[in-house]
Order: sequence, then structure tokens, then C-alpha cells
Amino acid sequence: MSLAEHLVFFPVLVPMLVGIILLLPPFHQNLERQRPLVMAANLGLLVVAVLLLGQAVNDGPSLYRLGDWHPPFGILLVADQLASLMLILTAILAMTTHWYACAGDDGRGPFFQPLFMFQLMGINGAFLTADAFNLFVFFEILLIASYALLIHGGGKHRTQAAVHYVLLNLIGSAFFLIGLGILYASFGSLNLPDMAQKASQLSDDNIILAKSGGLLLLLVFGLKSAMLPLHFWLVRTYSMTSAPVAALFAIMTKVGIYSIWRVHTAVFGDHAGELSGLASDWLWVLGLLTIAVGAVAALASQTLRVLTANLVVVSAGTLLISIAVGTEEATAAAIYYLLHSTLMSAALFLLAGLIQEQRGQAQDRFVKAKPLPQAVPLGIAFFILAMAMVGMPPLSGFLGKVWLLQATVSHDMMAWVWSVLLISGLAALVVFSRAGTSIFWRVQGQPGSDVKAHGLQWLALYMLLSMSLLMVVFAGPLTDLSASAASELYSGLALPEPVEVQP
Amino acid sequence: METVFAICVGVLTTGGVYLVMRSHTFSVVLGLTLLSYAVNLFLFATGRLSVNQAAILGQSSNPADPLPQALVLTAIVIGFAMTAFAIILALRARADLGNDQVDGKVRDDVLNKRKKAQGE
Repeated sequence: MSLAEHLVFFPVLVPMLVGIILLLPPFHQNLERQRPLVMAANLGLLVVAVLLLGQAVNDGPSLYRLGDWHPPFGILLVADQLASLMLILTAILAMTTHWYACAGDDGRGPFFQPLFMFQLMGINGAFLTADAFNLFVFFEILLIASYALLIHGGGKHRTQAAVHYVLLNLIGSAFFLIGLGILYASFGSLNLPDMAQKASQLSDDNIILAKSGGLLLLLVFGLKSAMLPLHFWLVRTYSMTSAPVAALFAIMTKVGIYSIWRVHTAVFGDHAGELSGLASDWLWVLGLLTIAVGAVAALASQTLRVLTANLVVVSAGTLLISIAVGTEEATAAAIYYLLHSTLMSAALFLLAGLIQEQRGQAQDRFVKAKPLPQAVPLGIAFFILAMAMVGMPPLSGFLGKVWLLQATVSHDMMAWVWSVLLISGLAALVVFSRAGTSIFWRVQGQPGSDVKAHGLQWLALYMLLSMSLLMVVFAGPLTDLSASAASELYSGLALPEPVEVQP
Repeated sequence: METVFAICVGVLTTGGVYLVMRSHTFSVVLGLTLLSYAVNLFLFATGRLSVNQAAILGQSSNPADPLPQALVLTAIVIGFAMTAFAIILALRARADLGNDQVDGKVRDDVLNKRKKAQGE
């Protein structure tokens, strides 16, 4: 096999090796040496992801068989267009949040850099794998890294939030395994493309089993992606942790959404006979309620970080609705919206971190306080972000939302979706006006601190902001790409015929 | 055998779920352990139960399904790591928050009872 064929495995291998190297003597406990290595690794991951996307667009999805076991046996990694897009998103997010962290947040506790790498390994692996059990394994890798990153820097509130987060996710993992067990018992395979092919040929007994297994998995993915009754952990967790970690976590809810796509769209899709549309009845209600609850909680939030966390819940709900619509067009729109909302909520977390540092005692609470030392550049960033998150033209949020609304035009639930989405946009507009006015205008006296943001922090923030602009400038190619990624997801992956082995 | 197996899984799950819903971190961790035992046993059963059949082709006429055994092995390893992490985190929470409640707060009635006991 040539190197190009092994490229698929790089997004998992590189972070793992770099993470291990960071723990070895010349790098161990030496941030000055760790930082450039991780930066190089992030850049490398971005390059690999772009190459993979190129391969996926030109030559179709690339398969990678670990240990050369032929599917459906063994572990299969697949880099199709959707997976490669998610890899690029992860790489951009990792690069920027890592720059931000290098300005000082990584030194507040040990092992930030290696944990960052292991986190990336888990996320990338979860995007690449085409095996349901392997998905579980990568989920656990990304979770255990996230547990440690969450309490990085310490503090009472972080520990408290971490206990909930860890215990909830451990229970979630138990349910994940039960779901996988049920699916294996009914399908006789855990390879996702193989399951998709078998879905229409199950016997009646097994269909009931497969349904319960599928719904159990929906429960687990719903927990990760902050679906309504399971989203309570998110706001506390995301608002308590440090800014770069919260920004990196912006992709974690999307891992849940991505898994729903892989399992509930690809396996239990239209072709699955009696199993098709297993989740969509539930997703309608849950998605709409998630948006509503997220918007109301955003209206009630007292700090910028809690506000951002609630908007993450709103965006998760929006994506859940697009899954419930269940058409190719809606999925394509959702992919574009997912890219936008991940980057923008990450940027908002970073901005909240900067504001919190500069405001001293008042932190990021919406109260009257002393003015910010660097109010102008922060204010510009806030204004751009608010427009993008609310979904006003000319930024990417607008395009994403309009496309999503268009995709539901001929649907029965159109009235509901339109009203909930538009009203939640209005609510976001209201909260951003309130937040902006109190943070930037309700000020008195002289700046309380002379904390200046580090150059890397500005770079990270404005790099993420420019992504929104780029997503509009290159909207044509990007929408084509998400459309073809969505159609690839729907058409499913054909597994190569097993080779006859001579004994 | 199936009945006994099912009862075992059921009892372990029931105990696990009950303990997980308690308010002390110790019982919750204990519940998680029970739950993961139940899950591991359950995974075994997904490959259909068979007695005295090796999980290797050619060793017996009707070999057991090897895949669930591989899955259980992975699940056990991950389960141990996660339980260990949960215990360490519970200890840290005990030190940071001053109590071993899952939500970090002692209930009011418990607090009052404690105060009363100290006062007497």
C-alpha cells in the first residue's frame, strides 16, 4: 500500500503519537517545547483533512481496513466527503483554540497539550469510523480526554460541573453498550454499511429488537448532542470550563449529531423497510422543544458564557429538526449550518473568555462595571459574532438558516419549524442586544484593569470570525460540497465483495 | 440457562440503576460498577449462549460467536478505566466541595439534623 492509502488513518495516528511524544522527557512539563509541536501537528491534520476531502470528491470515499481484515469483519475506517468535511472543521477549530490556549491557559494545570491531542484523536476517530463498536471506543477516548480537560485549571465550580458530566456520560456509555448489544443480536454485524444493507431483510422478531436498539442509540447520541431532556449538563459544563476548552467542546455536541446521521440516516434510512424513519417522529418534537427551551434559557442567562452555552443548545435543536425532515436537501443545509454554528459558538466562547479576563471582578456578567481596556476590537468581534449567531445577512448564519427554512417549505411541519426557528432568532437578537449594551455601554469610571489580550488570542478570535465571511464568499462551492456530501450519506456505502480465502 | 442468565442481568441492572440514582458519589460509583457488570454479561448473550463451544473455528462443531467476546474484553478495559476516573474525581470533589453529594450540596433537612445533633 502506498502512503496515500494510509492517509485515512493519519487523523487518528498523528494526534496519538504526538500526544505520547509530549509525555516523554524532552517535552514533558516543558510548554515552550510542547507548543510548537502541537501547532505543527494541528497544521498537519488540516493538510491531511484537505487531502482526504480532495480524494473523497475526486475518487469517492477511501476505505481503510485496519489489520487488513475484510469488512464486515474487523474495523473499517471510511473517509467520505462528510467525514472529511468534519475533519477539516475539527482541524480548524483545534488550530485556533490551541493558539488561544497557548497565550497562557495551557499553563494553569499539567498535561494540557497531551490531553488536547488525545481529545483530537477521539474526535477524529469518531468521524472516521464505520463500525458501531469502534464508534463507542472513540467516544470513550474523546470523553476521557474531555473529563480531564474540563477540570483543567481546577476550582470548585469546575469540579462540581465535572462530577455531573462524568457520571452522566458513564451512564450514557452503559446504555450505548446495551444498544450496541441489541443491534448486534438482531443484525449479526456492527459494521454500519453492512447493517444498512441488512436492515431491509430482518425477520419480524429482529425488527422489534433492532428498533429498541436504534432508539437506545438515539438516547445516547441525544445525550451527547444536547437533545431536550438530556441537555441539562451542557450549560453548566460549558460555562464553567476555561475558554479554549469550551471552544473545542463546541464540536463535541456535533459528534452526537454526526453519529445520528451515520446511524439513523444511513442505517435506518428510507431503504430500511419497516425500520426506516425510526427516529424522525421523536426528533420533531424533541428538536422543536430543544430550540424553544434553549431560546428561553438564553433570554434568562446572566453571563455571556451561559448565553453561549444556551445558544449551542439552540443550534443542536436546529440540527435535530433537519434530521427529522430527513431529506437530502435538509441534510445538505444542516451540514452547512453545522460548520457555521460550530465555528461561531467556538468564537463566542473565546470572546467571552477575553471579556471575562479584561473586566476583572464583573467577569462576563451582564452588570454595570468599569469599561474594558480594549473595548473597540472586542466590540467589533462581538458585533460580527452576534450578527452571525442570530442569522442576519450578510454572514454565514443567514445563509444556513435560509437554506434550512427552504428545505422545509413543502413539509407538513413547515409552520412549526418556521415559527420556532424565526422566533428563536428574534430571541437571540434580543439577548445579544442586552448582552452588548451591558458589557460595552453600561460603564462608568476608568478601566479597572490593564489586562491586554495576547496577540495569539486576537489571531484565534479573528481567524474564527473570518471563517464566517469565507463561508459566505465561497458559499457556492461550499453548498455544492455539502449537497454532494449529503447525497453520498443517503446513497450509502457499498462494501467491496469479500475475497475468497483459500485454506 | 437463558432464564438464569436473564435474571442475573436483570438483578444487576436493577441494583445498578437504583444505586446510580442515590445522592452520594460512593453509591453512584458502586451503581456504575454493577451497571457495567450487567452490560458485560448482556454483551456475552448477544452472540447467543452456548455451552462448551470454543470461540475458534474448527475446534468445535458449532463454534461460539467470537465477536461479543472481543467486545466484552474492550468494554471491560474501558469500564475499569472509567470507573477509576470516576472514583478519583469523586475523591477530588469530596476535597473541593467538602461533601460527597453528587450535586455538591447537602440537603437542607440533613443539614438541619446535623446541626441539631451538634447542638445537643
